[in-house]
Amino acid sequence: MTNPFTFVGARTIEVLRALGHHAYFFVALLRSIPTALRRPLLVIQQVHAIGNLSLLIIMASGLAVGFVLALQSYYALVTYGASESLGLLVNLSLVRELGPVVTALLFAGRAGTSLTAEIGLMKAGEQLAAMEMMAIDPKSRVLAPRFLGGIVAMPVLAVLFSSIGILGAYVVAVRLIGVDDGNFWSIMQNGVDVWRDVGNGILKSIVFGVICTFVAVYQGYETQATPEGVAHATTRTVVFSSLSVLAMDFVLTALMFSH
Amino acid sequence: MGKKSIETLVGVFVLLGILGLLFLAFKAANLGSFGGGDTYTLLAKFDNIGGLKVRAPVRSAGVTVGRVAAITLDPKTYQGVVRLDMQRVVQFPIDSSARILTSGLLGDQYIGLEAGGDEKVLAPGETIKQTQSAVVLESLISQFLFNKAADAGATPAPAAPANGGKK
Repeated sequence: MTNPFTFVGARTIEVLRALGHHAYFFVALLRSIPTALRRPLLVIQQVHAIGNLSLLIIMASGLAVGFVLALQSYYALVTYGASESLGLLVNLSLVRELGPVVTALLFAGRAGTSLTAEIGLMKAGEQLAAMEMMAIDPKSRVLAPRFLGGIVAMPVLAVLFSSIGILGAYVVAVRLIGVDDGNFWSIMQNGVDVWRDVGNGILKSIVFGVICTFVAVYQGYETQATPEGVAHATTRTVVFSSLSVLAMDFVLTALMFSH
Repeated sequence: MGKKSIETLVGVFVLLGILGLLFLAFKAANLGSFGGGDTYTLLAKFDNIGGLKVRAPVRSAGVTVGRVAAITLDPKTYQGVVRLDMQRVVQFPIDSSARILTSGLLGDQYIGLEAGGDEKVLAPGETIKQTQSAVVLESLISQFLFNKAADAGATPAPAAPANGGKK
């Protein structure tokens, strides 16, 4: 290693440059969206590839999370004689936090990686370069439809995750444990506000959709055109999108629910 | 896979999303539990609203008949003004009284309405005259301690002037 000052300085400049490049790429991607919207079928195909094919893992995870959440909160709440509030607790945790966040983490693993690998291999196989040769902008033909597809798919997946989770909690709490059916729903309905809780949850998932898909598309497009490069890019997609989702979640929660 | 069938599958996907949203909005949250149309407004002034919150229920005989719509401070009397959205189907006599109560020992606070005997009913926008403030636990405790101290001070009190008399 050379002089520590040189090392720190070089790393700082590197990080700043990466940040600037991300911002530049994001603007370029936004500008290619109008062109992509002229061919909606491409977007619909991506919603299918990203959304429909992630449906099974999202619903299975939502059901499992709902089951476990109901069991755990029952054991905690029954000590205070408040087991009827179980529905409210499960609903708020799912709608506000777990729905958007866990969906985004699963989304990064299930859909983000496949986007990065697909685009990375297109680049490695010089398909993107070939498109540019034919005066087709790969950003509007390849990247923008995937980006839009991800943004459409994420909120839908998050809503389904929360719904299935609540149904799962209902099955465990009411059918298995024997919490009162009416109280389960009515306390939930009294405590959950459509705009404040459900609406903000959906807003969160839209933001996460933008983050996850952008990271995946960026990493795929900027990958080194080698097998190792694609492997690294795929890993980075999962790491970066998970970390940014978790960090962003804290900021959004502080903004939305502080008042 | 053909383009048509992909479009259908995506349609199913989006439809599932909308169904989930409807479920969250109507079954798992409070949308649709009486909206704005069939309500009227009443006002009530309290010296102390305690921990009453907006959207807290208004109950009469334990039945929810309305919700707290807004809480403000009267700048002249420094009383808390609570606006109530009442269901149109129930009307209360003009001499009804409102109290701020707590459900259970540690539960949420709500407004309890007790119907009076008058034949005239409260018109929309009118103020409930008789109110009773929220019970604040701290003031109860301090009152209790104060009484205790007063009792403790009262018993040796006759001895003190007796001593003073001797000297």
